[in-house]
Amino acid sequence: MFDIVNIEKPETLDEALTMLSGNPNLKIIAGGTDVLIRMHNGSLEEAELLSLRSINGLDEISILENGTISIGAMATFAQIFRNDIINKYLPVLSEAAVSVGGPQIRNMATIGGNICNGAVSADSATTMLAYDAALKLISPAGTRIVQVRDFYAGPGKVNLLPGEILTSILISEDSYRKTSGCYIKYSNRKAMDLAILGVSAVCKTEGGKFSDVRIALGVAAPTPIRCSEAEAYARGRDITPETMKEIGKYAVKSAKARDSWRASKAYREHLIEILTVRALKEAVSRGGGVNIE
Amino acid sequence: MNEMKKISMIVNEKVYSLEVDIKESLLEVLRNRLHFTGVKQGCSVGECGACTVLINGTAINSCIFLAVWADGKRITTIEGVTKEGELSKVQQSFVDEGAVQCGFCTPGLVLTTTALVESGRKYTDEEIKREISGHLCRCTGYNKIFNAVKKVLND
Repeated sequence: MFDIVNIEKPETLDEALTMLSGNPNLKIIAGGTDVLIRMHNGSLEEAELLSLRSINGLDEISILENGTISIGAMATFAQIFRNDIINKYLPVLSEAAVSVGGPQIRNMATIGGNICNGAVSADSATTMLAYDAALKLISPAGTRIVQVRDFYAGPGKVNLLPGEILTSILISEDSYRKTSGCYIKYSNRKAMDLAILGVSAVCKTEGGKFSDVRIALGVAAPTPIRCSEAEAYARGRDITPETMKEIGKYAVKSAKARDSWRASKAYREHLIEILTVRALKEAVSRGGGVNIE
Repeated sequence: MNEMKKISMIVNEKVYSLEVDIKESLLEVLRNRLHFTGVKQGCSVGECGACTVLINGTAINSCIFLAVWADGKRITTIEGVTKEGELSKVQQSFVDEGAVQCGFCTPGLVLTTTALVESGRKYTDEEIKREISGHLCRCTGYNKIFNAVKKVLND
């Protein structure tokens, strides 16, 4: 039994928005794999829920006319990982999606829920940051587009305004075209585990040089972060072991790792340096670039 | 105050219309109200996979699936896998490979494997391990389970 006092199951987005603005206590529930666990643990009590599960079409994955890829917020990680568009154009997201929880969790948990939860360890968050994704938030007042990098406010906190619902995640063609990338989830177990560190690296290369590098880290700071210093250093440089080594060092500078029961600060910083380089090397190699040793 | 909601669902090809408490998980309704006790309660937080059922053919953890969400859905529990007293191919493979010891994880694993078989896809050994990783087994050491799944997928 869950401590639920009320649950609404709207069938359209308009209905959902009206309910949400009519009752500020409503807590949005998507796949339920986090919200219900919080109730089970007693950290969410007397919940009034707004379930988005009965709204058709919120899980659609498509390419818009301008080349932007739109991922419905209610798309599950299993849907994402099996989707042809994602596998062709956003393979790093597919890699991140299949690393979430276990198979049954991936059949239930949604990408929208994963992002709105604000978890530092969210496997999808780092990759969405690395692809410069934007979030489409709808409220009775209209539509707001927010960059993922501006959405995270702190551990478990996101800039979702009262009355707003995340409907889709948008990745522009510029952000994914001609890129290659890699996601590394570092955890104690291969399944059913949270990341000790998550690294998403996406890059564009031209004539043996980096023309663009985007590195995002999860569980390296109070929110998922981008490594701006490392990226700025890498842009325009020759892809060499020396460049890679420096990128790893710069990545540690961007991070604000801390001690937790999963890993110490020192160990996390070691992982950041090593795994950033490993992910980026793999990204270069997948892009058909040089093999760096 | 317990709020009730009427739902209608198909469990193992039979229609059930009943009032459920909005606080109830699908696991609780299946076990306590409809007496499908082949659905096991393990961790209650979606980690062990003992409570796995198929919803419209997809494996989910019924302990973290609200009963009100089951409205209009087609559910398969282990009781619905055996047809006219005959074990399914998946069940037979588990028996043949000795993949059952205490049996607590078995209903969930059989259902997950059934979904894999029905997907019609091919799976590498690594993919098989990944696809059954949402089930904890404390007896077998997993080798025999892996063999049973591999065997039925290659049939």
